[in-house]
Amino acid sequence: MKVYNNKAWWLVLPVFLLVAFSAIVPMMTVVNYSVQDIFDHSTRYFVGVDWYKQVLQDTRLHDSLLRQFIYSGCVLLIEIPLGIAIALTMPTKGRWASLVLIVMAIPLLIPWNVVGTIWQIFGRADIGLMGWALNSLGISYNYASNTSDAWVTVLIMDVWHWTSLVALLCYSGLRAIPDVYYQAARIDRASAWAVFRHIQLPKLKSVLLIAVMLRFMDSFMIYTEPFVLTGGGPGNATTFLSQTLTQMAIGQFDLGPAAAFSLVYFLIILLVSWLFYTAMTHNDKTR
Amino acid sequence: MTLRKKVVLGLYILFLLVPIYWLLNMSFKSNTEILGGLSMWPQSFTLANYQVIFTDPSWYEGYLNSLYYVTLNTLISLSVALPAAYAFSRYRFLGDKHLFFWLLTNRMAPPAVFLLPFFQLYSSIGLFDTHIAVALAHCLFNVPLAVWILEGFMSGVPKEIDETAYIDGYSFPKFFVKIFIPLIGSGIGVTAFFCFMFSWVELLLARTLTSVNAKPIAAVMTRTVSASGIDWGVLAAAGVLTILPGMLVIWFVRNHVAKGFALGRV
Amino acid sequence: MDWMAWTLPTALFFGTIAAILAGMTVWELRSPCIERKGFLPISTTRGDRLFIGLLGSAYLHLLVVGTTDWSVWIASVLSLFWLFAVMRWG
Repeated sequence: MKVYNNKAWWLVLPVFLLVAFSAIVPMMTVVNYSVQDIFDHSTRYFVGVDWYKQVLQDTRLHDSLLRQFIYSGCVLLIEIPLGIAIALTMPTKGRWASLVLIVMAIPLLIPWNVVGTIWQIFGRADIGLMGWALNSLGISYNYASNTSDAWVTVLIMDVWHWTSLVALLCYSGLRAIPDVYYQAARIDRASAWAVFRHIQLPKLKSVLLIAVMLRFMDSFMIYTEPFVLTGGGPGNATTFLSQTLTQMAIGQFDLGPAAAFSLVYFLIILLVSWLFYTAMTHNDKTR
Repeated sequence: MTLRKKVVLGLYILFLLVPIYWLLNMSFKSNTEILGGLSMWPQSFTLANYQVIFTDPSWYEGYLNSLYYVTLNTLISLSVALPAAYAFSRYRFLGDKHLFFWLLTNRMAPPAVFLLPFFQLYSSIGLFDTHIAVALAHCLFNVPLAVWILEGFMSGVPKEIDETAYIDGYSFPKFFVKIFIPLIGSGIGVTAFFCFMFSWVELLLARTLTSVNAKPIAAVMTRTVSASGIDWGVLAAAGVLTILPGMLVIWFVRNHVAKGFALGRV
Repeated sequence: MDWMAWTLPTALFFGTIAAILAGMTVWELRSPCIERKGFLPISTTRGDRLFIGLLGSAYLHLLVVGTTDWSVWIASVLSLFWLFAVMRWG
C-alpha cells in the first residue's frame, strides 16, 4: 500500500516544470491564435469562434479525418494480430533469443524519414526490388500515380515499421507467465488454441492495451513517412491529419484556422487517450 | 509445430530485412549502375557514396548535431524522470493520477500541434537553432515515456528495501543514488534506449527548430535532391549511416532489454 | 510575451481554469474526497468528474459551433448545466 505524502510533489516538480514549459505555454499560444485573425505581430483582430466554424465545416478536413480513422483502423487490425502471432513464435531461450530481439528492433530505430526513403526506393518500378518484382509478375503497380497502390504501400510500410513494437510488447507479456501454467495445461492436454485462449490471451490483456494505445496514437499522428514516400498524393489519397495541419500552418501560414484545427485534433486525442487510460487503470484495479 | 513457428518467424524477419538490404545494396553502387538496371548485389562495388558523406562537413556535421541533441535529451529526460518515477511508484499524493494522465497526454499529442508555438517560443527566448532547443522540445514526449517505464521497474523493487535503508540511517539522496539506482540498472538502460530511439527518429520538431548550426542529419538528407534529379547512391549511404547508431545502442543495452523483457516490465 | 498574442477572452478563460484548479486543490486539502459511483459508468473522484465535465463541455461547444448557427453562449450555458450535473450527480 502506498503512503499518502504530499512531499512527493517535490520529486515530481522538475518533471512538472519541464513538461509544463514545453506543453502549457505552447498550448496557451495555440488557444490565443485560434480566436484571432493574425497578419503579423502588431496586426491582429479578435474573431471569436469563426475559425472553429470554418474548420469544423471544411470538407477537406472531414475527408482527411475520415482517411485518418480508416488508416488507424487498418493499422490496428493488421498489426495487433500479426504482432501477437510473431510474439508466439519468438524463441525464449538461447543466443537466438537476443539476436531475434535485436533484429526485430531495427525498424524501430530508423529515423522516420529514412523509413520513407527506404520504401520510396523499394517500391519504385525502375530501381526498387518490390516495384520491379510486382511489375514483372504482370501486376501493374505504381505508388506515385495509382491511389490504391499508394494507400497499400503506406500501410505495408507502417506494418514493416511498427509490428515489431507490438510483437516485442507481447513477447514481454508472454515471458511474465509462470511455467506452472503451461505445465498445468500440459497435464490437462490442452490444445495450443486453448492454451492461447485461456492462458496467454488473458495475461496479455494489459500489454495489449498499451500496444493498442501506442499504435493508435502514433498512427493517428503519422506525418513523416507518408510525406517522404508519397508527399500526400496522388491527389489527397495519403494526406493524413498531421500533414493537412502542417500544410495549413507552415505552407499557407493560416495561423488562426491551423490553431483551431490543432485544438480540435488535440481534443480527439485527449478523449481517446482518456478512454484508454481509464480502461488501463480499471484493468489494474480488477486484476 | 516448432517448424511452422520457425517458418513464420523466418518469413517475418526476411520481410524486415529485405528493404534494409536493398538500401545497403544501393549505397555501394554508383548512380549509373543504380539507374542502369536492377541487380541483386553491387556489380562494381564502390565506396564513393560514403566518401562524399565523410569528406563534406555539412554532411557529417548533421550526424554530430543529431547525436548531440539526442544524448542531451536522454540525459535530461533520465535525470528529471528518475525522482518523479520514484514518487509515483512509492507515494500517493494530491492529484497524482491526474498528473500522470496529463504527462501521458503529452506523449500522445501530435507534434504538428505544437509546431508553430514551439518555433515562436524558442525564437523568443533566443534558443532557436541550438541543440538544447531540440533536446528540450523532445522532452515533451520522452519525459512522460521515461516516467512511465521507470515507474514500472521501480514498482518491482520491494518497498522493504527503502525502509531498511532509512532505518540504517541513509538520507534520501544517498539511499537513492547508492542503493536504489543500482537496483534498477536494467530499467535505466531500457529507458535510455527508448529515449534515444524516439529522439533519434523524430524529424518534424527537429527540423522546425533548427536552420544551420544544429541541423539534424534527417534534414540534411533533403540535399540529395538537386536540379539534376535525386542522388540515389548518396541518399542510400546516408540512410544506412542513420541506422548504425541505433544498432550500436541496442547492442550495448541488449542484456538489459532482455532482462527487462524477462521481468515483463517493458 | 508579445508573441503569445494574448487577448482578454483567452486570458479570462485560462484564469478561470487556473482558479478552478487552485480551488479544487484547497478543497481537496480541506476535505479529501472519496470515490463514488453516480450516473457515470465508472466510479469517480471529484477531479475525475471535473475533467469529464470540462471535456464534455469542450465537445458540446464544438457540436454547437460546428452544426448549428446558434450563438456560442448557448453552448456555454448548456455546458454550465452539464458541468454542474456531473459534479453533483456523476
